[in-house]
Amino acid sequence: MRSYTLKSCAIGLCALGLLLSGCARPSIGSDRDDPTKPVTLTFWHGWSQPDEVKAIDDSIARFEKLHPNIRVKTVADVTDETVNQALRAGGDEAPDVVSSFTTSNVGQYCSSGMWADLDPFMKRTGVDKAKVFPKSLLAYTRYKGKQCALPLLADAYGLYYNKDAFKEAGIPRPPRTMSELKRDAVKLTRRTRDGSYTRVGFMPDFRLYQNSPDRLFAQWGPAYFDRHGKAQLAGDPRTRQFFATARGLIAAQGGYAALERFRTRFGDEMSSQNAFLKQQLAMHMDGEWRGLMLKQHKAPFAWGAAPMPVPDDRADTYGRGYLTGTVAGIAHSSRHQNAAWELVKFLTVDTDQVVRFANAIHNVPSTLAALKSPRLDTDPAFRTFVQIAGNPHSAAIPPSDNGAQYITALQDFSYAVEAGKVPDLDRGLRDLDAGIDADNLQSEN
Amino acid sequence: MAHLPAGAPAPALRRKRRRERLRTLGFLSPWLIGFCAFFGYPLLATVFFSFLHYNQIEPPVFVGLRNWTYVLTQMPLFGPALGNTLWLVVVMVALRVVFGLGIGMLVTKIKTGAGFFRTAFYLPYLAPPVAATVAFVFLLNPGTGPVNEVLGALGIPAPSWFNDPHWAKPSLVLLSLWGIGDLMVIFMAALLDVPKEQYEAAELDGAGAWGRFRYVTWPSITPIVLFAVITGVVQTMQYYTQALVAGKLASGVTIGPGSVIQPGYPDHSTLTVPQLVYSLGFQNFNTGAACALSLVLFVLAMAATSLLMRGRAGLLPAED
Repeated sequence: MRSYTLKSCAIGLCALGLLLSGCARPSIGSDRDDPTKPVTLTFWHGWSQPDEVKAIDDSIARFEKLHPNIRVKTVADVTDETVNQALRAGGDEAPDVVSSFTTSNVGQYCSSGMWADLDPFMKRTGVDKAKVFPKSLLAYTRYKGKQCALPLLADAYGLYYNKDAFKEAGIPRPPRTMSELKRDAVKLTRRTRDGSYTRVGFMPDFRLYQNSPDRLFAQWGPAYFDRHGKAQLAGDPRTRQFFATARGLIAAQGGYAALERFRTRFGDEMSSQNAFLKQQLAMHMDGEWRGLMLKQHKAPFAWGAAPMPVPDDRADTYGRGYLTGTVAGIAHSSRHQNAAWELVKFLTVDTDQVVRFANAIHNVPSTLAALKSPRLDTDPAFRTFVQIAGNPHSAAIPPSDNGAQYITALQDFSYAVEAGKVPDLDRGLRDLDAGIDADNLQSEN
Repeated sequence: MAHLPAGAPAPALRRKRRRERLRTLGFLSPWLIGFCAFFGYPLLATVFFSFLHYNQIEPPVFVGLRNWTYVLTQMPLFGPALGNTLWLVVVMVALRVVFGLGIGMLVTKIKTGAGFFRTAFYLPYLAPPVAATVAFVFLLNPGTGPVNEVLGALGIPAPSWFNDPHWAKPSLVLLSLWGIGDLMVIFMAALLDVPKEQYEAAELDGAGAWGRFRYVTWPSITPIVLFAVITGVVQTMQYYTQALVAGKLASGVTIGPGSVIQPGYPDHSTLTVPQLVYSLGFQNFNTGAACALSLVLFVLAMAATSLLMRGRAGLLPAED
């Protein structure tokens, strides 16, 4: 009798568990709304600096003027993690329009269905994406044929250099090849009598600010996956060249431990204590937005921007750089998807809007028309990044089902390599490929 | 009149027993409901989801043992995370008990200013974990931290603390010892509970300080030590906040939109199993694997607790 009761309870509890677990489904949105009816949209974005938030608010004001029936509530400084969790939780407070600074997550957004497919909306409203957006930017906003995001300005990475330091060291121009970068970095490095640094020529350490390994690796034009989607870093000689170059730069400037110790003294990247601004770095890889920050903080030295150097045996690709950007899309759970599309379309397709927004926050415009616009900022440093973005060799990292996980795996491996903890690089790379493949397989449905 | 089978209780007695059982269940029901809702169901759901692929958007798909295979054999970070967690369990719990007991004995012995010292040692425990960790990372910054400035001035080679894979976990242990106030209070209460007569008798028998501790204090406080060890083990297996905050801050990564922050800096030396569960479940949305890993942690915590309870951690005789 007692065992029967216990069994019943256990079965009942199991059934309840299974029943309730089936209810864990996020809400489903709708694209049946009338975009001419009054509606309030919620737009989550990641910009946080006052001038950036003002630029977004100005853009929204222009949109509301064009669409008097649509009110937009903006939420600033939202991370991808927050967006991810909110869209999975659903509910009335979830956003209608979302944006992300992490293009490598687009694969995850598209494959999971978290961001709605935009192709039907573009078809309905006559937007020909091939004629509006550059190919390289379209590549990182779609995954396996599903266009779930559109570029909302782009970021290009280049080399910022301290012209005063260059003059003092007798270097006439920024380096164009990796061997020139190494030579100049050594010349520009300054140390005190006790051996500690006052300035490092070029710090390649992967943990420094924007120095994620994929960004420097972009100068080699790597192919992360083969056509079957399998990781192929171990089989690509460019991977070994890249790591050899990074290790060589570290060794030439005093070694990993010394550089890391110096790095821990640096101030916050986005503050007036930034190491390049404080002249603790003579050269530094960064995005186009840094130029605006250097002006705002009135950098006490002359500086310039140039494309990142390229490998010596690929000198013809000089001008290339790592591309990324902000992407915008519609939340799958939005019940006002047509109205949301109006906002996404305005922010990403409207030439006047794209140019004004690009000028306001010093980002690279993301439409073909805006890139050619005469009203685009003429600042030479900014133009350098526009040219990098337009270079045919410039590329973004490929999207993946598993979001940025493969980049995280590469980062982890790169930290070990730069610290000299990978005695057998070939074996390490094979293990890295196997790990990336296992992670990708695990993420597939 | 029908005869009842031998040994069967009378109907009245049966009714009385049923009433008693119902009354007991009635009184227990608030706890039972809470237990089912916040432990029973989540545990069942975790087991259920560990056999599914579920990204929290699309419908779950049954994948058999794939999540378990991935977690136990293919996930490269499982080994380091488990190793770090077990290292913290052994070292941190042992040092916290020893240090807490030492401080407890010290403040019970102090005659003047006892209140001040008790407050001083207890106050750090009241600091929120995140704030305490931020302060520690600042103090132990290898480049600009005051601790290394002092060590450097004294000519002592200063470690890189949270920035050195070999020192990162010991730095976390230091942080936990700084907030030892909770254990100190528990041990103080236990120490003040030891009958004074026993100390007097031991003194009359010629016992010195060590003898008094070994034959009087220790036997009296072992149940409390056992409590501290078991709760310490369970808490340390769930160690998350301090390791995550210390790693993030020490790495110097700008925290904000667009930055993907992975726990465990430097070189996965502070990566613990709960951080890996979070990373799998809420960064990669790999719910199935996160559930499988959670169950591994649950089983480990249960096994450790059972072993400690059964063996009394070698502190208590079995009949106690």
